[in-house]
Amino acid sequence: MSSSANHEHYYVPAQSRLPVWMAFAMFLTVFGLGSMFNDMSAGRESSNAQWFFIAGFGVLAVVLYNWFSQVIRENHAGLNSQQLKQSYVWGMGWFIFSEVMFFAAFFGALFYVRNLVGPWIGGEGAKGVTNYLYPGFEFSWPLMNNPDNELFRAPEAIIHAFGLPLLNTIILVVSSVTLTIAHHALRAENRKQLNIWLGITIVLGLAFLFFQAEEYIEAYSHLGLTLESGIYGSTFFMLTGFHGAHVTIGTFMLIVQFLRSLRGHFKPDDHFGFEASAWYWHFVDVVWLCLFVFVYWI
Amino acid sequence: MTTATHDHDHAHHGPAKGITRWLYTTNHKDIGTMYLWFSFAMFLLGGTFAMVIRAELFQPGLQLVQPEFFNQMTTMHGLIMVFGAVMPAFVGLANWMIPMMIGAPDMALPRMNNLSFWILPFAFAMLASTLFMEGGAPNFGWTFYAPLSTTYAPPSVTFFIFAVHIMGASSIMGAINIVATILNMRAPGMTLMRMPLFVWTWLITAYLLIAVMPVLAGVVTMMLMDIHFGTAFFNAAGGGSPVLFQHVFWFFGHPEVYIMILPAFGIVSAIIPAFARKQLFGYSSMVYATASIAFLSFIVWAHHMFTVGIPFLGEAFFMWATMLIAVPTGVKVFNWVTTMFRGSMTFETPMLFAVCFVVLFTIGGFSGLMLAVAPADFQYHDTYFVVAHFHYVLVPGAVFSIMAAVYYWLPKWSGKMYNETLGKVHFWLSFVGVNVLFFPQHFLGLAGMPRRIPDYALQFADFNMISSIGGFLFGASQLLFLYIVVHTIVAGKPAKAKPWDGAEGLEWSVPSPAPYHTFETPPDIDKAPQLDRKEP
Repeated sequence: MSSSANHEHYYVPAQSRLPVWMAFAMFLTVFGLGSMFNDMSAGRESSNAQWFFIAGFGVLAVVLYNWFSQVIRENHAGLNSQQLKQSYVWGMGWFIFSEVMFFAAFFGALFYVRNLVGPWIGGEGAKGVTNYLYPGFEFSWPLMNNPDNELFRAPEAIIHAFGLPLLNTIILVVSSVTLTIAHHALRAENRKQLNIWLGITIVLGLAFLFFQAEEYIEAYSHLGLTLESGIYGSTFFMLTGFHGAHVTIGTFMLIVQFLRSLRGHFKPDDHFGFEASAWYWHFVDVVWLCLFVFVYWI
Repeated sequence: MTTATHDHDHAHHGPAKGITRWLYTTNHKDIGTMYLWFSFAMFLLGGTFAMVIRAELFQPGLQLVQPEFFNQMTTMHGLIMVFGAVMPAFVGLANWMIPMMIGAPDMALPRMNNLSFWILPFAFAMLASTLFMEGGAPNFGWTFYAPLSTTYAPPSVTFFIFAVHIMGASSIMGAINIVATILNMRAPGMTLMRMPLFVWTWLITAYLLIAVMPVLAGVVTMMLMDIHFGTAFFNAAGGGSPVLFQHVFWFFGHPEVYIMILPAFGIVSAIIPAFARKQLFGYSSMVYATASIAFLSFIVWAHHMFTVGIPFLGEAFFMWATMLIAVPTGVKVFNWVTTMFRGSMTFETPMLFAVCFVVLFTIGGFSGLMLAVAPADFQYHDTYFVVAHFHYVLVPGAVFSIMAAVYYWLPKWSGKMYNETLGKVHFWLSFVGVNVLFFPQHFLGLAGMPRRIPDYALQFADFNMISSIGGFLFGASQLLFLYIVVHTIVAGKPAKAKPWDGAEGLEWSVPSPAPYHTFETPPDIDKAPQLDRKEP
């Protein structure tokens, strides 16, 4: 069968063992995690749950390694037409959009609590009768005084924007620039420059994570700012925590691209693995800017 | 295009043998089949729970189950029907039909396609297993409002949360695949505005899925943290709010109900023209109406929360925005009716289900308009009127459209014709059953019977008994559906490539059953005789 003039053959992979193993691994991971949390909350001393989690995570890692390796091999073997590559581009783009919506849920929660719920519990506006539940409660943000301070011990202090968070902002913004320089080097077929600037980006990512960890240690050990310290701590740690998790994934993706670059992968006109990781990195960067403004600063 | 051509040309041939065909497949038809069978199994499981509910409500008083178990039944019935039956059925139809409708060789990302499917059996096994856990299954309703689902939830809620996480991942991957397929894999000449409406409605549905499934993941994550890690998202004592749960949940939940109805619009828009033997009236207005409904679905969520104490301005905004939805929906109903107007209509089983969809979905739409009126909703809220409303849009709406689709495309899938008489018997039993089941619930709700209760005051007894009888009839007639489908596959008469003379679209240009691989070379749309059929 000859291929038509404007459509090359679209490579449809033959059978694959990877997806069903991946589904199994995801199940095992979340089953283990769920059992761990339940055992923890029920105060059970002996628990085997973590082994399910570790096994699931292990299988997941093996499957993902093989899956991505296979996609790369297929590309190197010339199986991927331009049209197929476009499918990966669409796929990554919409995946990032789904991540944006995940963060939107938490940002939405933050705005709602801060602008509506808090003032209402504090006695303002039409819904101010809620104040009868917590007489004497006055709302201010950051919430240094919870409606019920016995159930939720309020933080003594919070992380100020123009310390570590500003440093981290600079680090991430610079890392986006260095990554773009690396991308230009890749397009210009300058492998050495690519490796150097990609390496610098990875170091900056790791530095960000280091300072973020420092910030958490400070919050927990000195400021009394924890997950349990009311809604301020809840939104603070969930937003920055999920962002940190995404930076970790992003850094890992960049490390993979770095190792691939060392092995001589990527061509100036064919490097979507690199480009997708770069998109992801810019996405976590933009999320951070929102965090800096709405969580730390104002 | 014949199967023989394919067998010689490519590295992969027809289907593999044995169980690995299904476990390791990357074929959109195999995956579509698995989705459809899985969703039917879930339909029967969720239906069984519904039978328990209706049996308990047959008479006032507690006869069969304890209230705790009754709550688990309503919860599991809702979750399994929404996430296990209706959504996977539409994804199965998308898998089967979209590549064939747009002239693509397969879905854009075939391995991820199989992953999306195989997550589901694991997720629902985990969800169903909660019934046997200490403390019982989730018992807080399918909307799982906090604090019922956090502070007062059974320990199995943790597994519910993680089941939602992975089935959400499955939905997102499935939706990304559909978007990539539609935007990237259309045959040359298949422009966006020539796509069948089923493809259009799925493109928009997939967009909704990608936008709101992560929000669902977000809200269950907040629950998880509140339950196990002491956060205060849904606890006013820490400055959070249980109402926050409702906002985030319904920001997901309202688009979600359109996720379950937009593909149904697409199916009906394929079937009605086929059996009226006329082109669909107002194609482009159908596309714009679908897009408008999708857009509006993001700004109406708080109409589920009129009685929770949102500010007056919020009540007004969400009331008007909700009523606006009636406009594009009205456009659609008008177009379907106008398509039938002066058509040479015949009423084979798919058409019966499709026409029934138009009528009964409209009833559900109208009761939705009644619920949208904020002051009136204070009366209807959390009564059986709401139950009647959303079952009218979901059962004779979404579920009937799925059945219409199965009868319509089964000849293409299996190469066999179903038994028309049995199909019509199935339709009439279902039609009578569903109305006897749900219509009296309007009266129960208006008279004040609350939803989610195992026992009720004596004045509700008669209508409940009638409703239960309808429920048993409807439930039993679905076993006939199972028999019809199995009988067709095993012993049906061979079907022609195009068994419906008014049907349009590329899927009818390939043989029945459709070859394992179709359109490995894209068809030339401009030469396809099926498309752009002009009015005589």
